[in-house]
Amino acid sequence: MTTATFTPPATVPASGTNSLGATASQALAMAWRGLIKIRRTPEQLVDVTVQPILFTLMFTFLFGGAIAGSIADYLPTIIPGILVQTVITTSMVTGVQLREDMDKGVFDRFRSLPIARIAPLAGALLADTVRYLIATTLTVVMGLILGWRPGSVVGVVLSGLLVMFCAWSLSWIFAFAGVSARTAASVQGISFLVLFPLTFLSNAFVPADTLPGWLKAFVDVNPVSHLITAVRELSATGTATSEVLWALLGALVVVLVFAPLAVRGYMRKA
Amino acid sequence: MTTSHAIEARGLVKVFGDNRAVDGVDLEVRTGSVYGVLGPNGAGKTTTIRMLATLLRPDGGTATVLGHDVVREPQAVRSLIGVTGQYASVDEALSATENLVLFGRLLGLSGRAARLKSAELLEEFDLTAAAKRPLKDFSGGMRRRLDLAASLIARPPLIFLDEPTTGLDPRTRLQMWDTIRRLVAEGSTVLLTTQYLDEADQLADRIAVIDRGRVVAEGTADDLKKSVGSQALQLVVPLGSLPDGVPVARAAQAAVLEVVGQEAVVTPLADGTRLTVPLDMAAAVADVLVRLRAADVEVRELTLSKPTLDEVFLALTGHGAEPQGETEPAAPTLEKVTA
Repeated sequence: MTTATFTPPATVPASGTNSLGATASQALAMAWRGLIKIRRTPEQLVDVTVQPILFTLMFTFLFGGAIAGSIADYLPTIIPGILVQTVITTSMVTGVQLREDMDKGVFDRFRSLPIARIAPLAGALLADTVRYLIATTLTVVMGLILGWRPGSVVGVVLSGLLVMFCAWSLSWIFAFAGVSARTAASVQGISFLVLFPLTFLSNAFVPADTLPGWLKAFVDVNPVSHLITAVRELSATGTATSEVLWALLGALVVVLVFAPLAVRGYMRKA
Repeated sequence: MTTSHAIEARGLVKVFGDNRAVDGVDLEVRTGSVYGVLGPNGAGKTTTIRMLATLLRPDGGTATVLGHDVVREPQAVRSLIGVTGQYASVDEALSATENLVLFGRLLGLSGRAARLKSAELLEEFDLTAAAKRPLKDFSGGMRRRLDLAASLIARPPLIFLDEPTTGLDPRTRLQMWDTIRRLVAEGSTVLLTTQYLDEADQLADRIAVIDRGRVVAEGTADDLKKSVGSQALQLVVPLGSLPDGVPVARAAQAAVLEVVGQEAVVTPLADGTRLTVPLDMAAAVADVLVRLRAADVEVRELTLSKPTLDEVFLALTGHGAEPQGETEPAAPTLEKVTA
């Protein structure tokens, strides 16, 4: 047994709050923890691996002929649709996992440390971007295998980043549900209620023109529709239209509303 | 504000629904000492620690930790304490090394410094061989050691240990005691809670006995034992009555009262009756036996043991140390002992 010398780390503040730099490095440490957990339990990646492959195959062959006349003609419509739907659905897991995590004993230790209160939350959301990256990559690769030939490589990359940013923004909604709900199961229930209308009542699978007027009105204002349209245009031509702005605006509003709510709910428990 | 006290709590209250889990607790813990909080399950020990460690907001009263108010300056308090308990644990998805590195980095160490610190602590707590193993393969004792190691990364001057040995086997328990003694020798102040009288006796300089959210006795281990007797005598007598019609148990009780001067606690057994009474001197056993023979009471079994928490509670509060989670709030008549 060795007797250690005691020099408390200099960066631990004796009192007061953490600097922005310290907060960022704490969030990164928490994100590192999130990544280890993902690596240890690969089964929790089922939603970002199986779903992109399954949905792409299923919807392409199911609707291709009926909606666009052929599989090949449907791909430029459906791949951006599935990309957005899958990645956004992935963001739901943030809330469920946050809830599960907060119920564990280790969260009490985090709360007993002199770290920024926001660090565990920020770290969790940061680690989840890896999930979005996996879902995005797999959907695009599936599309390419099926014969999707986007017009612009840069456009596809930008689309991916845009979708990931929007999913990250939406994850604040689920983080809010995660810190507010009592159990992980109820978080899942609430999240589905939010997600289903948002992703299915959009132009992801069918052109909005075919819908009845009231539904078309909803689909047209749904930020997810704008995001899908933005991705279609970006990947086809590489040009960013006003749709990109609308998608970013929608994402920003979500963050501005739900980030403070989530943080406040989280602080109350943390 | 005086700095000779690591902890000063005045009238701490925490209410959960109708249950006053902590109901006006005062504590004064001197810097550099080990303070034991002794009580049964549900007495309010953990709730008290959680308030002092800034994990719970008190509903009433004040507390300072090394001069910092736990409500107004929680971050300052957090930088001075380490918490180990049934709740503040480690991440089960991570290995021992990864846990320590994570907490080190959260405390502001660089990646390299955190890895060095982690290796050093694993060595110190005899966990180097298990550093990379999944935590689910850890024994209870290894888990506790890792929990403790994780609280010591920043070498906090004050350490909270919530029931550090509950559920451990005797050998592991002794190891844990040695570890705690070493911490104290290195200058840390320790506040520990326990359900075991001998643990408080072995480790703590001062002890507060807590019952239904209140401190019912406070003092050194010797003070406490004086009020309880240093030994407990247990007798088992048969069922039935003596020739004169007096039940054996009642005759035995009278004999014990006469010699010891204290009412024995009577516990009915399947084939007899057990009487338990505190004794100051083991030699008094002989007098008890002589008196029992004179009364024609047959003694089936006799044990002399250290008083248990149950007996301490009986002596201090008039009721045993049953779990108190669902019980009524303390009646005012209980405060008959102030050591």
